[in-house]
Order: sequence, then structure tokens, then C-alpha cells
Amino acid sequence: MTCGCNLPKRLEAALDCEVDLDLIRGVLQHHHDQAGSLITVLQETQAVYGYLPMRALLLIAQEMKLKPSKVYGAATFYTQFRLKPVGKHLILLCQGTACHVNGADRIATALCEELKIDIGETTADGFFTLNTAACLGCCSLAPVMMIDGQAYGPLTADKARAVIKRIYSSERAVDGEGETA
Amino acid sequence: MRVRVGLGSCGIAAGALEVWDALHDLAAAPGLHIEAQRTGCNGRCYQEPLVDIVEEDGSIHSYGRVSPQRLQEIVEAHQSGAGPLNAYLTSTQDQGDEFLGRQIRVALRNCGRIDPESLEDYRLVGGYEALQQTLAMSSDEVIAEIKTSGLRGRGGAGFPTWFKWQDTRNQPASTKYVVCNADEGDPGAFMDRSLLEGDPHSVLEGMAIAGYAIGAKEGIIYCRAEYPLAIKRLSIAIQAAREAGLLGDGILNSSFSFDIRIKQGAGAFVCGEETALIASLEGERGMPRLKPPYPSVNGLWGKPTNINNVETFANVPWIIANGGAAFASMGTTDSKGTKVFALAGKVNRGGLVEVPMGITLREVIYDIGGGIRNGKRFKAVQQGGPAGGCIPEAHLDTPIDYQQITSLGAIMGSGGMIVVDEDACMVDMARYFLDFTQKESCGQCVQCRIGTRRMLDIIERICEGQGQPDDIELLQELAQQISETSLCGLGQGAPNPVLTTLRYFREEYEAHIHDKKCPAKQCKALIQYSIDVDKCTGCTICARKCPVQCIRGDKREVHYIEQEKCTKCGTCLEVCPTRFSAVRVD
Ligand SMILES: Cc1cc2nc3c(=O)[nH]c(=O)nc-3n(C[C@H](O)[C@H](O)[C@H](O)COP(=O)(O)O)c2cc1C
Ligand code: FES
Repeated sequence: MTCGCNLPKRLEAALDCEVDLDLIRGVLQHHHDQAGSLITVLQETQAVYGYLPMRALLLIAQEMKLKPSKVYGAATFYTQFRLKPVGKHLILLCQGTACHVNGADRIATALCEELKIDIGETTADGFFTLNTAACLGCCSLAPVMMIDGQAYGPLTADKARAVIKRIYSSERAVDGEGETA
Repeated sequence: MRVRVGLGSCGIAAGALEVWDALHDLAAAPGLHIEAQRTGCNGRCYQEPLVDIVEEDGSIHSYGRVSPQRLQEIVEAHQSGAGPLNAYLTSTQDQGDEFLGRQIRVALRNCGRIDPESLEDYRLVGGYEALQQTLAMSSDEVIAEIKTSGLRGRGGAGFPTWFKWQDTRNQPASTKYVVCNADEGDPGAFMDRSLLEGDPHSVLEGMAIAGYAIGAKEGIIYCRAEYPLAIKRLSIAIQAAREAGLLGDGILNSSFSFDIRIKQGAGAFVCGEETALIASLEGERGMPRLKPPYPSVNGLWGKPTNINNVETFANVPWIIANGGAAFASMGTTDSKGTKVFALAGKVNRGGLVEVPMGITLREVIYDIGGGIRNGKRFKAVQQGGPAGGCIPEAHLDTPIDYQQITSLGAIMGSGGMIVVDEDACMVDMARYFLDFTQKESCGQCVQCRIGTRRMLDIIERICEGQGQPDDIELLQELAQQISETSLCGLGQGAPNPVLTTLRYFREEYEAHIHDKKCPAKQCKALIQYSIDVDKCTGCTICARKCPVQCIRGDKREVHYIEQEKCTKCGTCLEVCPTRFSAVRVD
């Protein structure tokens, strides 16, 4: 019985990767019998893997005695959750009102050009993922972006590029050390 | 000498942690008696990082835009007896600056003054005395005091707080909940973040008082995950309050028990709506449900639940301590007390502002906010976020009051106030908010899910220069249907930004549709950049900065833009030196 949505194939592909499920046993043990803790469990799982692997979602459903569809439903409803891995550094570009009226669009263009990716994508080397946020709460510094929890603002296209370049060069410095050591 | 450093998220983004580290280095020096004090943001976000010097005699000098080097100069000036360093001084306790001078701080009373991570600091300014007072009152008396104050919910809808408390109290159930809505989803609003980062105990105390009044033993704070510092400071505060017997079993040796826990949101704007928030607390997708029954009757796990906003709770201890009448003595007949606004956008002085109700929008924007940046002209103030509206110059003398703001087509909302200048395209503003609500719609109401999408399609085509003659009527028709038939406030309010811009800036829509022109020169499809042959000196800056290399011309020769390749990013206009001003937009 097929419905044409290709789901079984997509599921198979998603389940095909290696995931160490033991890493979240503790999380599940702590929460599995607490009513309403599904979102907390998903948050803690994402903190472990950096995203929500499909295998982990299935295990969560099993352990919490929930239907897989319910777990998947929650994981896809909230923007915080990702079903794919992200780069080493997560860039959140604010698209809140204050940032919008202060030219966030131009920062977005500059970042996309600098990283050679679109919003929502990860660079080929896996260093950066570029996402957007609705407001980072630093509106007086608009336009703002946050990288790994650190906010930068007020930005210009050039400043945004410079921040990326700086992180790239420190990454390379670390890489270089690794090679000589 | 005590040195206070503003360590809110905004201060940290502006470099306050470096100042904090430098302060510790200074304090370690022998002979200097410096006590370093961490505080939240005092609201002067436009001058971050902020430092206050509190002398032994209690005098306070406030400094803005402090760098580690400046900190050293400032501290040395005070230590040496040379007196305050006027060059960097922004205000003293006797000479309030223009920004703080007109404000009255009730909800923000402690922000920027106490260490948010210290219970002792909070108690020194009278913290938890209101709770102690409450325990000697009956729940009727507490609710009556809140009723006298006239406090209305600060989360958006402005519902009388006493009424919700009473309704929840009157339910026969033995288990009840108090929920604090700290989801603050409106883009461009940061009142709740600053409050939680600057004075978390006031919110906890307010919740405990509510718990006592309605007969609840458990409180939950639903805080958005984008506010990690607020969550951290709340956790520290809860822990400290428990250890001091201010939360937990038998609070302050009474028979009243109440505890609070934090639940993190996961990034869905609609979860700020109270019934969606409850669904989210139960681990479900955050879908709003029909009201009634209201949460006060049927809330979390089907139990009576009182949900209030962060700022609402922060006002409560002040009202109990100072009396409801003191709160009601501020404001208008319809709206009592003070309201916190997050003033942002194109104003000179952006930050957190707490003013008595009844003050006019003009006073907030010009007297406190210092008017528009770079000498530009004011165009509109967007009040109330995605369900709010854009208020034009002609209505700036409207007093801030629930009814009056609503009569303008906007809403009081939770306090986001974003000012835009002549460069803003009002059709683009409407497009921006619609794009937001359309993405955040939970999808269960067809009108909200598809209707907002259709409205957005129409506005997008207007911005692209493809507008049809009857598009305005079509937008109005859709707007009416969506507002009338959506289940929750998200869909009901979604058309407001379009309706208010149509009401006050209709000619801009018409220029886009009929003349294919964007009067504010923002909509890319309707503008063209060009270089003025009489003004260009061939300095090559624009050609070098153009991200798509579409500017041609040799050094010292007049440049020109290859229109087919131009992406209209505006970089050339931005980088062309003002002494030439050779780039034109038409
Ligand atoms: C789409 C939508 C989003 C909302 N977001 C928030 C929010 O972020 N914070 C908040 O306090 N109230 C928000 N509200 C209002 C809440 O539903 C509720 O009225 C409020 O939390 C009640 O508290 P109050 O009486 O103290 O204002 C939102 C409402 C809607 C319809
Ligand atoms: S709008 Fe960007 S930080 Fe608030």
C-alpha cells in the first residue's frame, strides 16, 4: 500500500545514519513519566546531538509511550527544532521589526554572499549555518545577529562580513595548530 | 565606592562584559576600595555599556558608552576626588537626563539598581515585604486591592487583572495553577526580557501573591528559549527564594505553600496566546482553542489557571506595598498606572521607557526618545506588534490609553513601539508584518492560514509593481473575513497592519498600484539607481564595493551602473561619500 508521498523511502533514508542513542537514555530516564515533558525532552535531545535525529524521535516515542506521529508533530511545530544537523557555528540573523526597519535585508544579502549559502543552509565545510530569528531582544542595537549565543550589533554589511572573516580565520588558526602538533 | 555595570543581554552585546572584567582588574589594585555590582539594564539601551558610580554618601553618577579605558578614567577621576568626569556623564541622581526624567518607574523600579542575582539586594529595597503583608490579608482583600489599583493585563489584551484572579479563585477545584507568560513573541519588544534579567524576584513575588489570592500551590513561568540570560537569572532567583523560605512549603512560617518552576518555549509566536501556551505546557503542538471556557475555569490539565504577563506580575508587589489607590492615582479613567514600552527604530534614544498612562505618543517619541535620528522626518509609529498598527504624525498627540489607541486602529499591545522615518515604505511595513503572521499561523483556521497568505500575495505583487486596480478593495474584503472568522487573536489581529496603513497611507498603496512608484524608494522593483554625471568624480569607491560588480568606469572618469546586472542592494548609495552624493534613486 503506497500513498505516493514517498514517506517510507524518506524515513528509511533518515533512519540510515548512525546515532548513538545511549546519549539520551539519561534524558529519557529523568523525564519519561512526567506528564507534558515532551518539549523539554526534545530540547534536551537537541542539546545532545545539535539536531533531532529521526532514530532519537522514534526512541522518545517508544520510551514515553507516545505515538511517533505526536513526537514528530511537536518536533515540526516549533521553530527551535531541527531535523538536520547544523554547522559548527549557528548564525541567527534577526528579522524583527526594529532590525527590519534598520536594514536587516542588506545584512542578509551580505551574509549570503560572504558564506555563499542561502538562509537556512549550511556551508559546504560545515562551519556555518545561517538561520533567522524573529527578535533577539537587543532592538536598540539593530540590526543584530547572534552567533553561538553572542549578539553583534549595530551591524553594517561590512561589519557582518568582518565578523564572519574573523571566525573563519580563528578556525583556520586552530586547524593549523592541529596539523603541526 | 560602588560601581554598577549594566549586564543585561543588550549591555553584553555592546561589550559590557569587557567593562565588567576591567572593573575587577581595577578593584584588585591595592588601595582602591571598589565594590563591583552587577545590575540589569536600566533602560538606556542607546548608551550601552552603562556604568553608575555610587559614592559613600549615596550620590549616583551615571555614565554611558563606557569602554574599559573610559572606565579607568572615570574611576580614577572619582577616586582622586577630582569629581565626576563630565565628558562621559549622562545623569546624576539630582539631574535626571531627558531620557529618564519624564519616566515613572513602577514595574522597572529595581532594574539597573540591584543585582538581579542577589536576593539580599532585592530584600534591601523592600523585596518580599508585600508577600509578607499579603499573608496577613484574606484573599478577598488582596483581590480588592488589585481591583482598586485598576491594573489591567500588560500582555496585550488589557483584561482587568482582579477579575481573572477572582474568577479563578471562585472555582471549586482544589488544584489550581498560576502561569507567567514570558513568551514575549512580538518582534521589536523586549520589556519582559529586561524585567526578568534585571529584577526576577519581583515577578516571583507577584506570582506568589497571585497564588495566595487564587488558592494555587504551583506556578510555572513559560519563558522563550531565545532569552537564555533571563532563564538563568530566574533559576538563580527561584533557588535563592526557596532556600530563604520565600517559596516552597509554609512560606514565611505561614500555612501557605507555593513553588515555581520554569518551562522553556520552543520558538512559536502563537504560544504566547494563553490557550496555545497551555497546550505547549502539556507537551502538545501549540494550537489555541476556542474560549470560553477560559483558562480561569479550564486551564492547564483542565484545572483553573490564572495566566498573567511578566509586567503584570511585576506591578503586583508594588501595588500591595503602596496601595491600589497609589497606582490608580496615575493614568487616565480607563487606564491606570504606568506602562513599559520598548522604544526602538529610528529614534535617537531607544530603550525601555516606563511612563504614566495618559502621556502622549509625541512626548514619548520626542521628549524621551529625542526625536528622529539623522534629522529625518517622522513618518509613523508602529504600536502593538503584528496585531497592532501604524500611527501617523496627525495622531501623535493621542494620550496613551487602551481605548484611545484602539480607536486609532492600533492596539496598546504588550509595549513594542517602533518608530519609522520618511525612508520607510508603509506598504513594505504591512508586507513585513503579514509575512510574519502568515508564517506563524498555527494553521488550524482556514481563513488565517490561507487568507493571510493571499493577502501577502497581493501585497507582494503591489511591491513588485504588479498591483491590480481593485487590489485595495480585495485586501479590505479579505481583512474583514479573516478578522471575523479566525479563532484566536493571531488571525483576528493579522490584518491590522494592513488596515491601518491603508487608513493612513492609502496614497502610498495607490502610487505603487497606479503609478508603479514607491514614494519612499524602498521597493526594489520600482526603483532604479543611477550615477549623476555632473557629480561623479570617479573615486571608484562604489565600483569597488558593489557586490555584483555592475558599476563601470575608470579612475577619475564618470561611472555608470549596468542596470541589467544591478540587484538594487543600495550599497553604492551607502558608500558614495556625502561630499559627492553622486548616486541617485528614482
Ligand atoms: C498571537 C498572540 C500572542 C500573544 N503573545 C503574548 C506574549 O508573548 N506575552 C504575553 O504576555 N501575552 C501574549 N498574548 C496575550 C495572552 O493570550 C494573554 O492575554 C496574556 O498572557 C494574559 O496576561 P495579562 O492579563 O497579564 O495580559 C498573546 C496573544 C495572542 C493572541
Ligand atoms: S528587532 Fe532585532 S533584536 Fe529586536
